[in-house]
Amino acid sequence: MKINLTDKIESLGQTVVQYLERLGFAMRLFWDSFYWLIVGRKYKQRLRFAQVVKHIKSDGVDALPIVLALALVVGMMLAIQLIYALQAFGAQSQVLLAIAKSVTREFSPLITGIIVAGRSGAAIAARIGSQVVSQEIDALKVIGVVPVRYLVLPPLLALIISMPMLIIGADIVAIFGGALFSVGKLDMSITAYMVESFEVLVVGDILQGLIKSVVFGVIIVLVGATTGFYVTGGAEGVGKATTTAVVVSISFIVLADMIASYFLTQ
Amino acid sequence: MNDHKNNKEPIIEVTDLETYYGQRKILDGMNFSVNRGEIRVVMGGSGSGKSTLLWYILGLYEPDGGQIKVLGQDINKIDFNDHLKLKQNIGVAFQSGALFSSMTVGDNVAFPLREFTDLDENTIRIITRMKLEVVNLGGFHKLMPSQLSGGMIKRAALARAIVMDPKLLIFDEPSAGLDPVVASEIDDLILSLRETTGVSVVVVTHELESAFKIADRITVLDKGKNLLTASVEEVKQSKNKRIMDLLQRRSRHDKLDPEDYLRRLTQENYTLS
Repeated sequence: MKINLTDKIESLGQTVVQYLERLGFAMRLFWDSFYWLIVGRKYKQRLRFAQVVKHIKSDGVDALPIVLALALVVGMMLAIQLIYALQAFGAQSQVLLAIAKSVTREFSPLITGIIVAGRSGAAIAARIGSQVVSQEIDALKVIGVVPVRYLVLPPLLALIISMPMLIIGADIVAIFGGALFSVGKLDMSITAYMVESFEVLVVGDILQGLIKSVVFGVIIVLVGATTGFYVTGGAEGVGKATTTAVVVSISFIVLADMIASYFLTQ
Repeated sequence: MNDHKNNKEPIIEVTDLETYYGQRKILDGMNFSVNRGEIRVVMGGSGSGKSTLLWYILGLYEPDGGQIKVLGQDINKIDFNDHLKLKQNIGVAFQSGALFSSMTVGDNVAFPLREFTDLDENTIRIITRMKLEVVNLGGFHKLMPSQLSGGMIKRAALARAIVMDPKLLIFDEPSAGLDPVVASEIDDLILSLRETTGVSVVVVTHELESAFKIADRITVLDKGKNLLTASVEEVKQSKNKRIMDLLQRRSRHDKLDPEDYLRRLTQENYTLS
């Protein structure tokens, strides 16, 4: 089959423009959310705190069991790998430091981000997408409600508040998971392991995880909402948007994690 | 009883409206006006610009040319707060109902009151129940939209549209997808609302029977232009080919003989195109 180079370039160009347009739309959502947070009262577009609380429960509190369960497993897995690796250098005792630092700076925010992207990012995309399809967004507009204030701002604030809390929970449980496997090898009590772990940590370690978690929360909401608002083609479009939201937000989370790690460790 | 037939005060004035979708011109110098208290039906074939005209009257998009005045205000020049006040004077019932699927019927109807008034919950509840009674849905406030039939969804959407006592009601295909009895009930509701409140009504519909029953005047759109605005009788007697096509195409379908249809379907070389 003859490949038309011009068509290929045109198609590539269109795809790039589409992605840039969506990126711009996501930025606009972010800006508009905080704009309406600040000036909403003046324009009868008040933020409903009940909505934020509802999202904190569904996106934060309800995610806690799975986040903590996976954090425990990740902590144990790290202990297994690090003890094996450090044994070769006779530096087995350093496993405590390695787990504490890697969990708080890297693994807790990353694992939590991925789980929340799978739960909340997909839910946001599906919710907004189905509202686009059923004209609920148009109904909001004609009633006089700014959709961003009503649909994007509450989950955005909810994740900005609940992600750091999830991370703190995940940090503690992951270190505990590491302790469960390591105490036997290190000949320590679990309490002593936990106390020493928190002693080796500095504020910057915890802060790095917390900063990342807020960034991940923002990414999850913006990607979910953007894919939702761009839904076309009915129920099938909503399904595609849900999958896209999860894949894109996880990709952006990993990318943002790498960039944040670079700048926060300089 | 209001004096809508003698009222010449315009509630909607659309002048030389031009809109594009990409490179394609959708509304081409559209002129359209509706008087206070009037029921105006907008008709036209697919792609004639009926729904587009509604979206621009509602201010959902900015036109490429022309002017739209609703309740005396140029909707593309007023500030956000004035537009918000204007929106509270316009009730809209969408073709699909567009009820918020996560809320009960009562919460759907109460939604504009909760967002834009300082009324206490008790008063909101009373108003909501009253509006649901008006559309014959009293006692249905606790149901979710998914538990309603097509006709009930349209009526609940109407209750939400009238909850702020608007001066203008806009319906997009209110009878679409309903059986004739339910469609007739919706028509009666529209007529009754106008008689009791004097509200102005714009209805976009394909249903000729419904249009002839409720309209004071009918506007026929074609290729983004206002082809004719006239009384029901004048439209029925129009000799304009496009209007005759629009009216006859529908009546041909109404008289379609099922046996003839099946015979044509099973004929060799018959295609649906």
